[in-house]
Amino acid sequence: MTSYRVPAASDPARPAADRPLTIVVDGEPVAGTAGQTIAGVLLGAGRREWRTTAAGGAPRGVFCGIGVCFDCLVEVNGLRDVRACLRRAQDGDVVTRQGGTR
Amino acid sequence: MRDVVVVGAGPAGLAAARAAASAGALVTLLDAADGLGGQYWRHLPAERPAGREGLLHHKWATFGELSDVLREHPAVTVLPSAQVWSLERHDGGIRLNILVGEPDGAGRQALVLEPDALVLATGAHDRTLPFPGWQLPGVYSAGAAQALAKGERVAVGRRVVVAGAGPFLLPVASSLLQTGATVVGVHEAGRIGSLARGWLNRPWELAGAAGKAGELAGYVGDLLRHRVRWRPGEAVVAAHGDGQVDAVTVARLDERWAPVAGTERRVEADAVCVSHGFTPRLELAIAAGCDLSSSRFVLVDDTQATSVRGVWAAGEITGIGGADAALAEGTVAGTAAAGGNAGTGTARAALRARSRARGFAARIEAAHGIRPGWTGWLRDDTVVCRCEETTYGRVREVVELTGSHEARSVKLTSRAGLGPCQARMCGRTLQELLDGPGARGRAAGGVEGGPAPTVDRRPFVVPVRLGELAALPATSTSRTATSRTASALPTASFPSASQPGGDRT
Ligand SMILES: Cc1cc2nc3c(=O)[nH]c(=O)nc-3n(C[C@H](O)[C@H](O)[C@H](O)COP(=O)(O)OP(=O)(O)OC[C@H]3O[C@@H](n4cnc5c(N)ncnc54)[C@H](O)[C@@H]3O)c2cc1C
Ligand code: FES
Repeated sequence: MTSYRVPAASDPARPAADRPLTIVVDGEPVAGTAGQTIAGVLLGAGRREWRTTAAGGAPRGVFCGIGVCFDCLVEVNGLRDVRACLRRAQDGDVVTRQGGTR
Repeated sequence: MRDVVVVGAGPAGLAAARAAASAGALVTLLDAADGLGGQYWRHLPAERPAGREGLLHHKWATFGELSDVLREHPAVTVLPSAQVWSLERHDGGIRLNILVGEPDGAGRQALVLEPDALVLATGAHDRTLPFPGWQLPGVYSAGAAQALAKGERVAVGRRVVVAGAGPFLLPVASSLLQTGATVVGVHEAGRIGSLARGWLNRPWELAGAAGKAGELAGYVGDLLRHRVRWRPGEAVVAAHGDGQVDAVTVARLDERWAPVAGTERRVEADAVCVSHGFTPRLELAIAAGCDLSSSRFVLVDDTQATSVRGVWAAGEITGIGGADAALAEGTVAGTAAAGGNAGTGTARAALRARSRARGFAARIEAAHGIRPGWTGWLRDDTVVCRCEETTYGRVREVVELTGSHEARSVKLTSRAGLGPCQARMCGRTLQELLDGPGARGRAAGGVEGGPAPTVDRRPFVVPVRLGELAALPATSTSRTATSRTASALPTASFPSASQPGGDRT
């Protein structure tokens, strides 16, 4: 695993205890905690790519992290082109890989 | 009473809103994000408050105080999750088209504001020069690593390389260390010679910016404690991996930032964070018609007034000066926008702080500004436009075929810059490539006081869904988002302006 979320218990910033939630990503459950963005849940679970580019079929995930690059687009509950780095995850969200952006 | 709308709730916008309210205006402060603080004070959300958020920030107490004042002030309405998606001029006034609700959601509420005075404090995002492999998952902008560490307590990797240019690399490395990641190295493109000239040639300015110098010294201390090497005159010139990053190539650079042949070495890493400075978020200022400087920031006078009547600007859209400058400029802009006298009281002190911070910013540019030799690390198959996957080779081919160096026509033929980010990532790079190395003045694309270059024009600040556009006539128009307008909007979209705990140390 590469990217990870700092465990609340060992985090010097002392975040409140986790309030677990689960999102479903391409059919697989991925665990996170309330308040995380969808990108945060995915990266926190060690996943770094979740989109395939239109032209080259290449994998992408987060690049800018603040909503300006549009690399992190996912389909959320049937709605395409949602920036995963901005959207807060809700328990039960169904996240689907997008092939391209058009 | 004057209606003042402030767009952006980072240090500049927060200070502007407070100053405008103190000067007697009715203030609406809005931000696309669902919390206040902007980039500098990005923090864990209300659902997951940190007991010691203050550990992760400088001046966290200042933020607590500002947000408390704004939350309690009867003349201030705070609208989070409010994306200004376009700005129109009409009968000499300004109209802001806003969508309130979940980012990229389908059912956001439309809101139109026509304020007497507008303060733009939309900030900046970091700029990353392309290099082979930078499109691989595992390569991030340095800002992304920072935002994820502060806003999510997520580390982008376990063995992380930080590279690029500028003092921003230091807080990024510090934040990564605070998430428990190993920072393999911090590679700064500027060489010691130019860094020393930039930082040391007017030492009195450094003394004036003691706060900032102390902050930087703190980060340097973090690096030393963790035995992280800070290496000037070096760059990540390639990232490698099959579908994800597993290593990078680091090389030494000459004065012009050209990689020195034979100095390449491979470094294993599972993440790399790269940033070469910041680019202002200009779309609203450009739509308003504000003049820009030759280096493409919003031109402002002593009171932060732009060239457009009724529009003020503060913070990083007027120049990269850091949070202290942003706070000072916000105070001046907010006071002036409310019709107050920016030459007295707190605004006067803020003016002095602003000029100290500006001197500091000039040094940063002198020491860390992008130099033309960087194109030496490009290869024909290097992706330049991340959205459309246009390569450097393709851009060169189009230039040869069409004989055109005009960004517009090269974009149309090569598709570079036509993707969903609207050339935010590659626009300036593309223009610099077309203008050729060394064409610094022209490459900046602007003329002092002239109109905005086309690569920066984005009439739609963000994509808007067709359904939302269709629903627009049902919109409420008002000079300001009074509490009445705001309460008519869905309350779920309006978490309290109050910020999660923290011991505000
Ligand atoms: C990701 C990132 C992390 C950073 N972290 C640090 C750090 O740790 N330390 C440091 O010294 N500097 C940091 N910086 C530099 C930072 O830009 C300044 O320190 C400071 O935040 C600038 O303040 P500002 O008020 O000008 O803008 P910002 O803080 O950038 O605030 C601008 C705000 O405007 C909002 N906005 C923009 N456009 C719109 C719109 N159309 N509609 C609605 N809202 C809009 C944005 O959501 C944002 O919240 C960071 C920059 C970035 C990009
Ligand atoms: S990572 Fe850039 S928009 Fe989400």
